[in-house]
Amino acid sequence: MVEHASSYSKDGEDKMKKDNIFKRFLYSQKTAPYVFVLPFLLSFCVFWIYPFSSTIVMSFQDIQPMGSKWIGLGNYKKLLADKVFLQAVGNSVMYMLLTLVLLIPFPLLFASLLDSRLVKAKGIWKALLYIPSLTSVVISGTLFRMMFSERDGSQFNLILNFFGHDKIQWLKMYPTAYFALLLIACWRWTGVNMLYFLSGLKSIDTGLYESAEIDGATGWQKFIYVTIPMLRPTLIYVLTISIYAGLAMFLESFMLWGNGSPYNIGTTIVGYLYRRGIEKNQMGYASAVGLVLLIIALVINMIQLILSGTFKKEES
Amino acid sequence: MNKKFLSTLLCTTMVASSLFGCGTNTASNKASAKDKKEEPVVTSFGDKKGTKLELWTFVGQHADFYGKMVEKWNEKNPDRTINMKTTTYPFSDMHTKLTMTLQSKKGAPDICDVEAGQYPNVVKGQDEWLYPLDEAIKPYKDTMVESRLDMYKGQNGKQYGAPFHIGATVMYYNMEQLEKYGITQADVDSVKTWDDYEKLGKRYVEARGEKGKFFTSVDTAGTDWLTIAMAEYGEDWTGGNKKNAKPNVKLKSVNKMLEYQQKLLKEKVAQVSTDGQVDTDGGIADIGNNTIVSFPKALWFMSRFKDKLGADSGKDQTGKWYIAKCPVFEEGQKCSVGIGGTGTVVTKQSKAKKLAADFICFAKMSEDGEKMIWNDLGFDVCNTALWDECNTDQDNFYNKYFRNKPYEVLKQIKDDIGKVSITKNTPAINDQINSTTLNDVLEKGKNVKEALEEAQSTIESDSE
Repeated sequence: MVEHASSYSKDGEDKMKKDNIFKRFLYSQKTAPYVFVLPFLLSFCVFWIYPFSSTIVMSFQDIQPMGSKWIGLGNYKKLLADKVFLQAVGNSVMYMLLTLVLLIPFPLLFASLLDSRLVKAKGIWKALLYIPSLTSVVISGTLFRMMFSERDGSQFNLILNFFGHDKIQWLKMYPTAYFALLLIACWRWTGVNMLYFLSGLKSIDTGLYESAEIDGATGWQKFIYVTIPMLRPTLIYVLTISIYAGLAMFLESFMLWGNGSPYNIGTTIVGYLYRRGIEKNQMGYASAVGLVLLIIALVINMIQLILSGTFKKEES
Repeated sequence: MNKKFLSTLLCTTMVASSLFGCGTNTASNKASAKDKKEEPVVTSFGDKKGTKLELWTFVGQHADFYGKMVEKWNEKNPDRTINMKTTTYPFSDMHTKLTMTLQSKKGAPDICDVEAGQYPNVVKGQDEWLYPLDEAIKPYKDTMVESRLDMYKGQNGKQYGAPFHIGATVMYYNMEQLEKYGITQADVDSVKTWDDYEKLGKRYVEARGEKGKFFTSVDTAGTDWLTIAMAEYGEDWTGGNKKNAKPNVKLKSVNKMLEYQQKLLKEKVAQVSTDGQVDTDGGIADIGNNTIVSFPKALWFMSRFKDKLGADSGKDQTGKWYIAKCPVFEEGQKCSVGIGGTGTVVTKQSKAKKLAADFICFAKMSEDGEKMIWNDLGFDVCNTALWDECNTDQDNFYNKYFRNKPYEVLKQIKDDIGKVSITKNTPAINDQINSTTLNDVLEKGKNVKEALEEAQSTIESDSE
């Protein structure tokens, strides 16, 4: 009986000990943070680090069904002499710059208007401008392709006909094709950027405006000397994501042309990566294209961040 | 409680959106985007106790066809029955999935349809990826058109794909319209050369005298006209199926055809095809609206008449169109060429390779199979022994739809069907010609020699 009791208590002690170790582990201030970040770290390694490193490796290889061959800088050399790739880089950069010109000032303007007392029924305006970004690009792209079709009955040709102009082939010329691409971009992203700016505007202390008013500032002066500087963090954020989104654009062009546009006017860097990697099954070459895109996006964004002073320490 | 609910909801949305975020950039999504059909269609056929086979295709009608053939196979081979699962994917989605699964050596189906233009990507794996059909093809080989079998051979000479059709090019004429303007069937039959064709076109356009109405249309996003010209001169811009074949687009045939097309455009006999070529929504609308009354295309284009210009389309063309031989540049040349096609392959990953190979050859080459290909799918079959029978079949849709019987024309041109290879050089050539050269020459009127010179240098640097 005594024996039995002692063994029972031993079992209980062991259990307590285990519980303690487990609890100590969980409640320990040192380990807990790691436990919490672990899911992120794991997915980061599996979905980011691994593909990223294998992309780097593959960009130096020729990937073939019977195994891969190391070819050193072969893919990169070919890339630099590849006219279509250089054109794709040009297209992507141009698209990115044009979207910056349109998608920063106008959403900012709309946000300021919505933040002011000039506009009524703000909720409706916000919803109206935001809804397009919830629409699938596949559906909206198909609609836009029909609207810009070269046929007589397409919306934009009907508009031209109304003004007495002959039909034109919208998607076969640079200016009109980019008009179409930018129209899609503006239609989709104006609302999103506007919401970013709106939330930035809401966080500005109204006291600043009041003191500016006391000093006799006009509406414009308030906008330039109060709103813009206070909005700087939001502006930098929107600029950074817009640069990346512009350079990585693919689906819009894919929906308009199906990745085979006349004179490659709609070929973007990602479109070219898709063509080489998926359509032509040249994974090594496509990896090199992807890495070059990464470098371009990084360099442009770094320059932008340095120029806007993000890395400088806050002045006290 | 409310707060708890709200935070749970937010967390779920966040996780879900981050997962969806991962997904939106995958290839398959983009591919399906193009094809405008999101969901693959899965169907099962045959004996539930039979050997399980999986088949992928990119055309719904093909899946139905294989289903019917499985039933026939099971009737004839009770000891080797099949239970087939077919999946129909969007075009590029399926091809992407296939190459990925072959490359990773996991997840490929037993049997898969591969479109001719995509075939070089798949056949480059040869024995590593695919199971050769040479053994299974033996019983049917004698009656098959050889050039179509050759198309689906690997560089090692083994047969890896089974063809559906010949895809012989012919000239389609809208006789009803032509007759309205005084052109008879005899006039059409007397067209032997491209010069005759041009004269007939001028006659029609002058008689009609209406702005925006043309005799034919030339393509800026398709190479059919050029392929016909190459077959006529016996040239091949891919350089053929040899191992180190060099592409060459600076050919006499290509040059001649492009200059000829420029002339047609100048004389307003032709327009540039709406949407780039005839086999598009815009091109088919032009046919339905009588904007154009003649165009060269492969015989499989007949199925477009059935699907898009049939009795219930609102633009019914029944009884209006006439099929004739394509013109040639110089008399005595071959007047046709096989275009397009689907090569069906058996993958190395299949657990019942031999059964799959036997079945696929039965389905696509036996008498039963070929008859069904003609009646259900409307293709010009590769089994020449059946041509007479196909021709006399009174119930066949196409025999009733056109003014003459398609197989009559096919029999006339039987020995005049040329071949232009589809090789690893094809994608680079098509890219350049379709995106730039044809637009330069036909839209901007650029000098043909210069345009081809430019194309050649781009293609060479691309295919190195």
